[in-house]
Amino acid sequence: MADRTPSIPQDRAAVWAQDLTRTFGEFTAVDHITFSVARGEVFGFLGANGAGKTTAIKMLTGLLVPTSGEARTAGHDVATEPEEVKRRIGYMSQRFALYDDLTVKENIRFYGGVYGLSDRQIADRMAAMLQRLGFERMAGERVGRLPLGWKQKLAFSVALLHEPEVVFLDEPTGGVDPVTRRQFWEMIYAAAHGGTTVFVTTHYMDEAEYCDRVSIMVAGKIAALGTPSELKAQFGADSMDGVFVQLARPAEEAKVQKAAEENKRPEPS
Amino acid sequence: MIAFRMSAFRSFVVKETRHILRDRQTLAVLLLMPVAMVLLFGFAIRTDVEDVRVVIVDPSRDARSTDLTRALASTHALRLIAVYSGLQPVEPTLRTGEANVALLLPTDFARRFERGTAEVLVMSDGANANYAATGEAYVRTVVQQWAAENGGGAPVVRVATRMRFNPTLASQNLFVPGLLAFVLTLVSALMTAISIAKEKDTGTMEVLLVSPLRPIQIVVGKVAPYLVLAFVNALTALGLAFVVFGVPVRGSLALLLAAALVYVLVSLALGVLISSRAPNQRTAMMGALLGLMLPTLALSGFIFPIASMPGWLQPVTNIVPATWFILIARGVMLKGVGLAVLWKQCLVLCAMAAILLAAGARSFNDRIE
Repeated sequence: MADRTPSIPQDRAAVWAQDLTRTFGEFTAVDHITFSVARGEVFGFLGANGAGKTTAIKMLTGLLVPTSGEARTAGHDVATEPEEVKRRIGYMSQRFALYDDLTVKENIRFYGGVYGLSDRQIADRMAAMLQRLGFERMAGERVGRLPLGWKQKLAFSVALLHEPEVVFLDEPTGGVDPVTRRQFWEMIYAAAHGGTTVFVTTHYMDEAEYCDRVSIMVAGKIAALGTPSELKAQFGADSMDGVFVQLARPAEEAKVQKAAEENKRPEPS
Repeated sequence: MIAFRMSAFRSFVVKETRHILRDRQTLAVLLLMPVAMVLLFGFAIRTDVEDVRVVIVDPSRDARSTDLTRALASTHALRLIAVYSGLQPVEPTLRTGEANVALLLPTDFARRFERGTAEVLVMSDGANANYAATGEAYVRTVVQQWAAENGGGAPVVRVATRMRFNPTLASQNLFVPGLLAFVLTLVSALMTAISIAKEKDTGTMEVLLVSPLRPIQIVVGKVAPYLVLAFVNALTALGLAFVVFGVPVRGSLALLLAAALVYVLVSLALGVLISSRAPNQRTAMMGALLGLMLPTLALSGFIFPIASMPGWLQPVTNIVPATWFILIARGVMLKGVGLAVLWKQCLVLCAMAAILLAAGARSFNDRIE
């Protein structure tokens, strides 16, 4: 395991992990994962529920200390310099993270302030952002009154307000209609084009096709890693859905079998 | 770096203040509640004092006993219901609540009084604590005053008091100290718990944790606006109690406010502890209501005197922070005593604050893991 190294060297990678591991007691949530993400890349981080995605993201964003292994995000060690990491990344989750009772402007000002932007910077970037989104007339509106799709777009833009080197998107398009999802991905491409690395998890396999490269986690390990076309060729599938099913199914079946055995045991037969 | 931290923290406090100011209904409730409670409790207690119903048992009906009866009947706060010659009717009138206090004179009252061996008995309905305590004190005062005026100043009348139905009753049941504790707990513990739990519910907590804000900044930023609100409430309650009901602060106001500050810190820490254990807003609210508000009301001596609780329950009141704050507040406000007398209570409260703040900060950090 230890002889494997990430394909992109440490000093040129936006996200870099080697043998990154996290255990909770007996349970190994993330098991020696090694990978790297290039700057400006759109990196899809896939896996079934419980495969260890969330734990991995928590470590990469400096929220959770790794049990062993090493990871660097935006050039800083996640275990020893979490504060440096946090200042250089953006984050948006499926449950969009704006305050419903604050206006669009107040939300923007709050996040700008949290990331240490000056009032001048906040004013300039807010004006540009509202114009880009076509939200100028909504600036004084409370976020709670906006439709879900608008909120998602706004939340993504707010996550980019401090111009982070890497933005982590945790199922950003959950519950959004197809048209908005499309627009959302256009925004992701625009961000990547501007040099921001996008680290995205998703449940939609068609979205996986939009990523530059994709990793698929199964039971705490990275089971596959490559561009969508490489993975499709490798697994002889004609869609990412096919790839995912092939990888995830054995794990699911193992889980079902194990559960069945455990259920049998206490019976007195 | 420090400047950066400060500006991030400032943004956070501004945001928290906006949340509070924007939720007009909750804010109105929080600001008006102490006003409503002071008025409610204040007027309730005033009615008690002005309408104590008394019965007298006077078997001898001589000149002295008639004179004493007249003195009692002309006392403003007492209402004489009946004069009996025998004991039998006393118990039923107390039991039905027709009378709150009974004054029992001996046979041959005039002769005993002149000899200096007269002994009278005051009985009161302990089930109705406020009436009983005030009524007993009034009757005692009237009897002693009358005796002093008619017997040359020497204490010729002994007053034996017996509480029926609730024999160990504490009399100093003034409401403002307890009310202060209640309002401070509500605003600091309950509102902090709800506000932190809300961020967890809506998912914004994740984003805050991933941001450069440190956990301690999030906690302090959450807590700071409520600290201000709690103090506004405390001063409202004190001011109103003084203006409307003449409830004084006999001791040092500075000591009282310092104790209030320590008590608020205790409550805030409890609020943080509850919210870090609770998975959502509803659980946080129920936890704060049952775990904090109920003990503050019921086990702190605010409503029910600790002395009249069953023996096994009395030690439990020691772990309720409000108990200690109420002792301090009563001491400072009503007795005018300072640290020389109250140092032990202050020390207990400070120790509670230190322990709970450490536990609160730790639980918040743990939760991130």
